[in-house]
Amino acid sequence: MLTLTNVSKSYTSTGKRHIVRELNFRLEKGEYVAIMGESGVGKSTLLNLIAGLEKPDAGSIEFGGKTLSAMSDDEATLLRRAKMGFVFQAFHVLPQLSVAQNVGLPLLLNGMTPREAEKRVADMLLAVGLDDRADSMPRELSGGEMQRVAVARALVHQPQLLLADEPTGNLDPDSAMQVLQLLRDQIKQHGTSGILVTHSARAAATADHVLLLTPQGLIPHAVTP
Amino acid sequence: MRLQSLTRALLAGELRAYPGRAILAALAIAIGVALGYAVHLINYAAVSEFTQATRALMGNADLELRGARLGFDENIYPRVARLPEVAAASPLVEVDAKLTARIGVNREPLKILGIDIFRAAAVQPNLIGHITDGAGDDPDSGMAFDSDALFLSPAALAWLNVRPGDSVDIQVGLETVSLRIAGTLPAAGAGRRLGVMDIGAAQWRLQRLGLLQRIDLKLKPGVDVEAFKNKLAALLPAGVVAMQPDDSERRSANLSRAYRVNLTVLALVALFTGAFLVFSTQALSVVRRRAQFALLRVLGVTRGGLLRRILLESALVGASGAALGLLLGYATTVLVLEYAGADLGGGYFPGVKPEVRFAPLAALIFFTLGLLTALLGSLSPALEAAHAHPAQALKAGDEESALRRLRSPWPGLALLGTGALLTLAGPVNELPIPGYIAIALLLTGGIVLMPRLAHHLFALLPLLRQTVPYLALAQLQGAPGRASIGLGGILASFSLVTAMAIMVSSFRISVDQWLNGVLPAELYVRAASSGDTGFFSPAAQSAIAGVPGVARAEFVRVTQITLDATRPPVTLISRRIDAMNPATRLPLVGAPRLPQAGDPLTVWVSEAMVDLYGFEVGRRVTLPLAGKTVAAVIGGVWRDYGRQHGTLVMNESDYRQLSGDQNVNDAALWLTLNTTTAQLTQRLRVALDERVEIAEPGEIRALSLKIFDRSFAVTYLLEAVAIVIGLFGVAAGFSGQALARAREFGILRHLGVTRRQVGAMLALEGALLTLFGALAGLALGWVIALILIHVVNPQSFHWSMDLHPPFGLLALLAGLLVAASAAAALFSGRRAMSVAAVQAVREDW
Repeated sequence: MLTLTNVSKSYTSTGKRHIVRELNFRLEKGEYVAIMGESGVGKSTLLNLIAGLEKPDAGSIEFGGKTLSAMSDDEATLLRRAKMGFVFQAFHVLPQLSVAQNVGLPLLLNGMTPREAEKRVADMLLAVGLDDRADSMPRELSGGEMQRVAVARALVHQPQLLLADEPTGNLDPDSAMQVLQLLRDQIKQHGTSGILVTHSARAAATADHVLLLTPQGLIPHAVTP
Repeated sequence: MRLQSLTRALLAGELRAYPGRAILAALAIAIGVALGYAVHLINYAAVSEFTQATRALMGNADLELRGARLGFDENIYPRVARLPEVAAASPLVEVDAKLTARIGVNREPLKILGIDIFRAAAVQPNLIGHITDGAGDDPDSGMAFDSDALFLSPAALAWLNVRPGDSVDIQVGLETVSLRIAGTLPAAGAGRRLGVMDIGAAQWRLQRLGLLQRIDLKLKPGVDVEAFKNKLAALLPAGVVAMQPDDSERRSANLSRAYRVNLTVLALVALFTGAFLVFSTQALSVVRRRAQFALLRVLGVTRGGLLRRILLESALVGASGAALGLLLGYATTVLVLEYAGADLGGGYFPGVKPEVRFAPLAALIFFTLGLLTALLGSLSPALEAAHAHPAQALKAGDEESALRRLRSPWPGLALLGTGALLTLAGPVNELPIPGYIAIALLLTGGIVLMPRLAHHLFALLPLLRQTVPYLALAQLQGAPGRASIGLGGILASFSLVTAMAIMVSSFRISVDQWLNGVLPAELYVRAASSGDTGFFSPAAQSAIAGVPGVARAEFVRVTQITLDATRPPVTLISRRIDAMNPATRLPLVGAPRLPQAGDPLTVWVSEAMVDLYGFEVGRRVTLPLAGKTVAAVIGGVWRDYGRQHGTLVMNESDYRQLSGDQNVNDAALWLTLNTTTAQLTQRLRVALDERVEIAEPGEIRALSLKIFDRSFAVTYLLEAVAIVIGLFGVAAGFSGQALARAREFGILRHLGVTRRQVGAMLALEGALLTLFGALAGLALGWVIALILIHVVNPQSFHWSMDLHPPFGLLALLAGLLVAASAAAALFSGRRAMSVAAVQAVREDW
């Protein structure tokens, strides 16, 4: 469902620096892949390219039968809204909205009425174990709880693709494992495809496959959790 | 759990979290709208009332013939009344009668019209009185023709606190004429203070024998008014013009137009300052929420969707503020009209007590202005947020890149350049519109350039080793964009304060110096302080000159003539002038032209005459005087702060010979060596009358400056409001920055910086920013003051002034501003020194 063909991206702010060079990648429906690599090798850039937040300098990105790399910003945004979900390292939960309002954001963006969205949000909160915190504000939550809110928000609109960028980077080991397990369970339950970018071998081991991003491209990688 | 729509959820969440910011911005808009709307309503009420009263007095007249204030030959009346085009003609005597001390020394004059009842019935039926003088309601009793019968309008009765049957004493010459209130003028128009008497009685009792001031004409149906006016022009003597009701109303309104526009612009200045407060609070709020907006973009909100949501926030603030402003403005108008009248210090609407009227179109305009102010204030930050790169914006510390665009110098330079060019433009419709726009552009350009200037200036400052100055300077150097948002508010507020302070100080000192020049004598005697019925006859003049202790007496006659039917009348002053040295009596601007062989008589004109009529030095002109056309040459231009519609000065001997008018209004006296002013004053009261007004030059100067200060009272008030709004903007800016830097303060506290040190850092940042802003404000304010002095004032009021900056006051204001801003920064950052700031490092926002 996702195909990258000879994708290249570089930045020229202080001299030309190639971040991704002629990358090829394919992700099937329902497949859950972890991508590891050294700092600065381009993992986050790869996620941004897949999400349509950046355009490649060369090559093409196909998602769900559409050429994402040829779309305008608005077209890419609308596609992202309907078909993708995100989990960030820094949680990025809106502080002025309650837990339920944060989780319900993608549903409201996709045109669902608040009344219709309430049931889906309630189910999602139950799934992530935060059903009793629906009206809490983010400042009342622990780091692990905030990340579970982020996971719920990423999956509540049943996207085709989930992108997680170092989702456990700010969590203690126990909370990290809970979030990773939650991610995997939800991905598998909804039939969503997933890409997990991580430094942690333990986190990578929760995916179906692990790839290593190198300057030469993505290569299969064996990890020892 | 209850979900709301996305937009409502975001708006409600932000308002719940930071209600003070929204309230402050709304209040700033409200104050600006309230002031503008109130000034408009008050002026609108006054002008409407004034012009309606003028129209009511004209009744059914199609044309009005007017001449010099003293009057024109009454023999014109039968010649005009017999013209075939005229259906009816009504002659009038019109005076502003000085009321005697019994009623009130400082009263405004009472307008009295002398009418021919039978003629007026056809042309101005509103002026027909209703007899109610205790002898019964008998309109045929002939009382209306009694030589002392006076009919007063309801407003005049209330004003003078009299009723039918009472008497009213007026001064004519130095005599008292007692008039009996025979009835009322029920149709004279609400709020208009007016008296009416029989024309014959008026001519006799008011010493206007053989003279008329006005003839109102009703034309036959089908007569071409313009063609008839042209025909009349050939019949009328010099100085008598025919005006239509529109001309008359326009003339009345034009008397005060420049003053009203000036006040409205000042009120809009308050709105402009409010706009900047909205910009600074919204800009900092958007910067603070940069990552949140980036998240929304990642989640699927388009650029347009994000832009609309941010602008909707500002629109709600603007709409709330504007609606509140309209309510406040209306309430203010009601209070002002009730307790202070419609004058607003300018003295343009005597005898008028208007009622407030809701003006829906003006309300819509000011509401829209308030709304647009809020939208424009947030447009730039909203556009930046919508177009920011989401992936980049999600990273902490990216805030300064949002403000990098502000550093481009070109928009600011373009605004400054355009503003500078506009200062060279002339007035539009006799209003300094290009001048006002130039000021707005220069101010905006200066504000837009602040980030760039801040970036360069703060980069030059060395980082000191002590903790507090080190941190403060590092912040200013590392985040000049964010800091400069607050700078803009300081600049806007202080430059306007500086400009107004320089202009008012220059004006006041120029007026004071002018008064010194026009009051060379040691004592001044005036027949009456107001109105045109008081005068010194030749006998009184001889008496004055003959009083022991008078070394020399010079007499002044002040009257009015009409040079252009569409313009207010011009003042004509006759006095003793040495044509070879006119500067001894007139404050000339530029060199005079000395009389040459073959010259007609010489006149000296005020600066307004040059602007309005093109009367330059050396030009030969014709003037209407006593029904004749008189040739004259302009001998010089002088500065006249007393009259803005033009003044001509003519030598006393020329005036008396040409006009036959031997009466005067004022006497300027020089004393003999051994006489004191107190002694001469006493002798004059014995020789003349207790009621004559005698004053030393110092007293006249003090009174004049008091009137000056009163006329600027509203200006001072509006300026104070602009300062307050500016200070609110500074406080809001610091508050917004403190919120945005909560995590930074938390990190400093973790590193061991004490609360006191954080507070000192904020105070020092605030002081340095404000000092820079104040210096920039002084420079920009100076430039704006020069535009006010050399462009706006001359184009508005047709007078010039010299530059006299109040250095002491400006230094004091700058010092107070720096201190207030430092305190505001400290107060705003108090949360940064609280425990909550330590928790801020936990949060990812």
